[in-house]
Amino acid sequence: MRYETVIGLEVHVELATNSKIFCSCSAHSFGADPNSHVCPACCGMPGMLPVVNKRVVDFGMKAGLMLNCDINRTTTFDKKSYYYPDLPAAYQTTQWFAPVAVNGVVEIETSKGKKKVRIKQIHMEEDAGKLVHDIREDTTHVDFNRTSVPLIEIVSQPDLSSAEEVEAYLERLKTLLRYAKVAECEMAHGTMRCDVNLSVRPEGSDKLGVRAEMKNMNSIEAIKRAIEYETARHIDAIENGTEVLRQETRRWDDIKGKSYAMRTKETAGDYRYFPDPNVMPVVIDDAWFNEIKSSLPEFPEVKRARYTEEYALSDYDAEQLTKSIALCECFEGAFEVTKNAKDSANWILSEVMTILNARKMTYDQLTLDGRALGTLILLVTGGKVGRANAKKILAAMFDDPTIEPEKYAEENGFVMSNDTGKAEAVIKAVIAADPKSVADFKGGKEKALMALFGKCMKELKGNCDPQTLRKLLIDEINKA
Amino acid sequence: MNEMNKRIVVDDMLLTTDAPTTAGSKMLDGYMSLLEAEALTRAKAAEYTIGGKADVGEFSFDLLGETSYRGAIVQNGVLKNASAEIVASGDALAALCLDVNGTPRRAAAQYALVSVKPTYGRVSRYGTIPVACSGETVSVLAKTAGDCRALLDAIAGHDDKDGTSLPEELCNKVSEAVPVRRVALLKNFQADATVTEKIDAAIKEFTTNGIEVVEIDNEIFAAARTAWNVLMCAELCNNVSRYDGVKYGYRAENFSGIDELYTNSRTEAFGELLKTAILFGSETLSTENYMKVYDKCLRTRRVVCEEFAKIFSDFDALLLPACSTMTYTEKAIAENKHFVFEENLYTAPASITGLPAVVAGGVQLVGKAFSENALLDVAKILTKEAN
Ligand SMILES: [Zn+2]
Repeated sequence: MRYETVIGLEVHVELATNSKIFCSCSAHSFGADPNSHVCPACCGMPGMLPVVNKRVVDFGMKAGLMLNCDINRTTTFDKKSYYYPDLPAAYQTTQWFAPVAVNGVVEIETSKGKKKVRIKQIHMEEDAGKLVHDIREDTTHVDFNRTSVPLIEIVSQPDLSSAEEVEAYLERLKTLLRYAKVAECEMAHGTMRCDVNLSVRPEGSDKLGVRAEMKNMNSIEAIKRAIEYETARHIDAIENGTEVLRQETRRWDDIKGKSYAMRTKETAGDYRYFPDPNVMPVVIDDAWFNEIKSSLPEFPEVKRARYTEEYALSDYDAEQLTKSIALCECFEGAFEVTKNAKDSANWILSEVMTILNARKMTYDQLTLDGRALGTLILLVTGGKVGRANAKKILAAMFDDPTIEPEKYAEENGFVMSNDTGKAEAVIKAVIAADPKSVADFKGGKEKALMALFGKCMKELKGNCDPQTLRKLLIDEINKA
Repeated sequence: MNEMNKRIVVDDMLLTTDAPTTAGSKMLDGYMSLLEAEALTRAKAAEYTIGGKADVGEFSFDLLGETSYRGAIVQNGVLKNASAEIVASGDALAALCLDVNGTPRRAAAQYALVSVKPTYGRVSRYGTIPVACSGETVSVLAKTAGDCRALLDAIAGHDDKDGTSLPEELCNKVSEAVPVRRVALLKNFQADATVTEKIDAAIKEFTTNGIEVVEIDNEIFAAARTAWNVLMCAELCNNVSRYDGVKYGYRAENFSGIDELYTNSRTEAFGELLKTAILFGSETLSTENYMKVYDKCLRTRRVVCEEFAKIFSDFDALLLPACSTMTYTEKAIAENKHFVFEENLYTAPASITGLPAVVAGGVQLVGKAFSENALLDVAKILTKEAN
């Protein structure tokens, strides 16, 4: 018999707001000392009251609109109760009854073509703290820096059927949320986390099989492995009766490549959801809604089409640039200055990419100002700065965003000279110091000219037009 | 007014930074807060001095304070209230109390004091120990309506630190309240002779002063009590979950593992009434009961609000007792473990709706939102204060 896997995802995404969801503590504590970004409110001390950070609602709405959701114009917060040492008030404030966004859809593309994945809802909530186990002392410490950092949970319908589709879906979420600048979505940083609900049924059946919820996958690769393992486990159980499948939560162990039962439906706690009386319903009026709607970026596909039509870029260049909103913004900024789309795209896709790769940076980490890049490009095309020196300036601009290319070129002696007298003097000195290369060249060795040319260019710090230099050099050799 | 005359006490539900805040619970024995209650900060800014803290029953959930881990205050078998004792004795001009389940109102009635529970959201709850957040309010207890009004004016107003705090322009609506001219009296309330005596006296005083008192029939108040008991216990259950023996407060000496640490700490530190409320509240929030019980009570809350709106389309205030009897004996509460749940028949209507309530002359007046100043004015007839 043939089987099909039915998968729904619950994706937690940390929102990139400056402060936490209900207090004014900084939400960014990556690498900070434990409990250095906390206050009595996010530590759950009695008497402190939550005050909703409006930016979190802005970002929640943006995420909803990017995923084609309907926005609940009155959205409310609820309490979810459970005991765990990383949850200081023993409840998490989340959205149970009226989440910010519902009924969305995301289109993904895999080797099997395009597919629509329905989004059930997106709700906003606060994150919990972190437990740090100290094996030597056999103690556990708790760090509340992450407590109350805003999250959204994106709940899909069970519309996915393979690891490949899951990967495409997660990549799509990442792209869309990064486009809207609401989240980093980096699994390695914990800013995107994913639980997988999976069941298996005979192909064509309309009845869902027994569902397992898998937790603790820390990379897309781990998610794919977990899906494959779990699918095989379910089929084995159905076909060979190796075990009785139960509705349960399972923990994925990526080292062992196995999943383990954590709790069954019967032993799962009751979260006792109820409306949080301390957080008034958030009413999104037309003005607010329209403000958010008009702040949304173009969707990647729209941008891509525009790049080929409006800027006459190749399909390939347009596709590469629209992979990241940071690249798009850099390109659009550069174009504003150069009015030359091809040059702007080329610089980004070659020189900028080279530096990003060398520094192991993601596209979204690019903070280079596109207009500054545009100015640099004009310096090159205008013959004021040599290409090799322009690359040095670009590298410097990565380190220091305040650098103005023209000023920097002047201050560091990167401006090309029209003074042929200076070049001629250098050429004479180089020729005099290397008679062997001169003789070799005269003897027909083209390579020898390149050696002399390189030495001259180095002496001139690159500030000479290569064509001119080459001509002057040959003239001088012939004279000699 | 000289300094001595502006000395007040705060009950142990309000956080203070110079003295422990225990909420009357062994769980918080010796708990020192990092921040103080906003109401207290504002009182100090208005040059009130803080004379000390008054004990409360565990999380101020009982009748008068008898469930405090420090023990009940009892004289000749009669229960006493710490805040009211201090105010009645003249050691303080007034007390700031958190009205969770009506304690300050019952105390005012039984000590012949005045208490005002302002409109919900007019006084910040920042820095008050949370119990039943949807209805609890910082209230004022004093000998006179005038002193209540002055202290209330000092602590009221919008506070950014409380998400349920009303905007300043709404808080200021108290100045527009119309004087109380027509009062509705709830027919057939259950109370003993010591209470009916006070009600009759109040009717007489009002009538003499040209205020009309008309009896009305209304069945909804029994439902308000049931609903408030459910909402209050559920919220309490959730709010006291944070006291788990991990971060601060009482921790059991013997435990193995985190679950036992939670269980033993809470079992040893919480009193019996609180445990009853926790278990009851927890049940009403279970997946099985939520729609059947909790959601129904939220709807009842709306119905009670609508009923009040109907009453107030015809009347300026509702007159009703604050308690079933003028003295609670130790014996009576020992015999009836549900006494407090029954007794909030009188206090639940104002708690569940967030409407203002004033107790004076041993009786209670509930008014429209933002009518607390008008209620205090009419209360002066009962306290024989000059207007
Ligand atoms: Zn905080």
